[in-house]
Amino acid sequence: MITLEILQTGPLALVEDLGRPGLAHIGVTRSGAADRRSHRLANRLLANPDDRATIEVTLGGLHVRVYGGGLDIAVTGADANPTVDGIPFGANSIAHVRDGQVIALGAPRIGMRSYLGVRGGIAVAGTLRSRSYDTLSGIGPSPLHPGDVLPVGEPVGNFPELEQAPVAAMPDGPVELRMIPGPRYDWFVDPDAVVRTEWVTSERSDRVGVRLVGPALQSRRPGRQLPSEGALRGAVQVPPNGQPVILGVDHPVTGGYPVIGVVRDADTDLIAQLRPGQPVRLRWRAR
Amino acid sequence: MSAPTIRDYGDRALLIECASTHEVLAVADALRDVDLPGVTDIVPGARTVLVALTEPVHQAPTRTRLAEFEVSAAAISVRPDAADVVIDVTYDGADLADVAAFVGMDTDGVVAAHTGTFWRVGFGGFAPGFAYLVDGDLGLSVPRRAEPRTRVPAGSVGLAGEFSGVYPRESPGGWQLIGHTDAVLWDVDRPQPALLTPGMWVRFRAVGSP
Repeated sequence: MITLEILQTGPLALVEDLGRPGLAHIGVTRSGAADRRSHRLANRLLANPDDRATIEVTLGGLHVRVYGGGLDIAVTGADANPTVDGIPFGANSIAHVRDGQVIALGAPRIGMRSYLGVRGGIAVAGTLRSRSYDTLSGIGPSPLHPGDVLPVGEPVGNFPELEQAPVAAMPDGPVELRMIPGPRYDWFVDPDAVVRTEWVTSERSDRVGVRLVGPALQSRRPGRQLPSEGALRGAVQVPPNGQPVILGVDHPVTGGYPVIGVVRDADTDLIAQLRPGQPVRLRWRAR
Repeated sequence: MSAPTIRDYGDRALLIECASTHEVLAVADALRDVDLPGVTDIVPGARTVLVALTEPVHQAPTRTRLAEFEVSAAAISVRPDAADVVIDVTYDGADLADVAAFVGMDTDGVVAAHTGTFWRVGFGGFAPGFAYLVDGDLGLSVPRRAEPRTRVPAGSVGLAGEFSGVYPRESPGGWQLIGHTDAVLWDVDRPQPALLTPGMWVRFRAVGSP
């Protein structure tokens, strides 16, 4: 059997797949890869089915040794200058790693999260039909630590056809996100202030939510309580301090803060790549 | 009943507004039965049902279907004849005396009120397996603690606002604690990890002496 030994991690390295849909009513959020597009791309490059797990690496720094045979790998998402035994191989392409070689991810200059996919997928035991780690509830395989040994799954029949995938460059400067007005849009004195402000991504951002910093949004009736309602990734919640929070993949399943807008599905992966200090421009989606 | 208000929640979900938690539960139940295409999650809230979809392409047809959707008054006004779950509680919570003073009863009165009615699982949140229990004795409405505790043990039974609930595992929390139970609210290794799911009727039963 092929295994991966974790030699070192950066700030955070997690096993993730497409998460746990269908359990929100019992308090389990979907979780899964924060940048689903990059996670799926890694699997597609390796001819893995969509449900195989990858390693989500936040701000690089992951070093992994391969044991037990040769292995095809791909790194997608934030470009972390991946190398095999010190030789760069380029993001968004397949590389072959031999028994005993070391895969290393550096620190990305743009973006936050990279995905290390392996042919066959990371085959650690799952919980509730998923191998995703949910940082809010602690469900799923624990965050990776040096010394961990991860089994690699059996590849399915198909062979990789793509050698390299064209991927749009990640934005370095301001990131524009399109929103649909939220269910509590009319709770605010001037809801359009949310699209006129250049927000700044707070360093207090994680998989649960990205906090934005800027002039406070004013509620029409400060102190008004919202009965708890269901929430989803991409919802822009406004707590009493007026500073919006964009919910991430590990969001609570219900929330009590009014939602002024909800980022459209196609833009939600961009949320996962926002770096502290990066400007964010929220815009209403054209009707 | 009149058709509920349906709001867009982004381009991959819809939020149905209801008049009461009982209507929420009736709508959520009925939606589960009709099994609309593209629905991944049906999430009851206190006054809303969130319907999450796999792809934006399902939003418009689902909105149309929901606009025609009706639940009967009988489905909303359902009453239990028996509890789905009975939870044995030792009423020895650290806040029991404070709660009694706040609601103007003695501690026996609080226990009698808490065990004297059916509670209904309204919705989840806060932690896996946590259930906001509604519809209990309104005489037990209490504010949250001014200072949340950093550590509340698993199995603690609490009150906050109009709700009661049981902590599924050790966590921080601001509810007023009136007792504890040995019932396991959450276990990922069970076929049904959550003991309490939305719509269930719950009865508390006093055991032991506080």
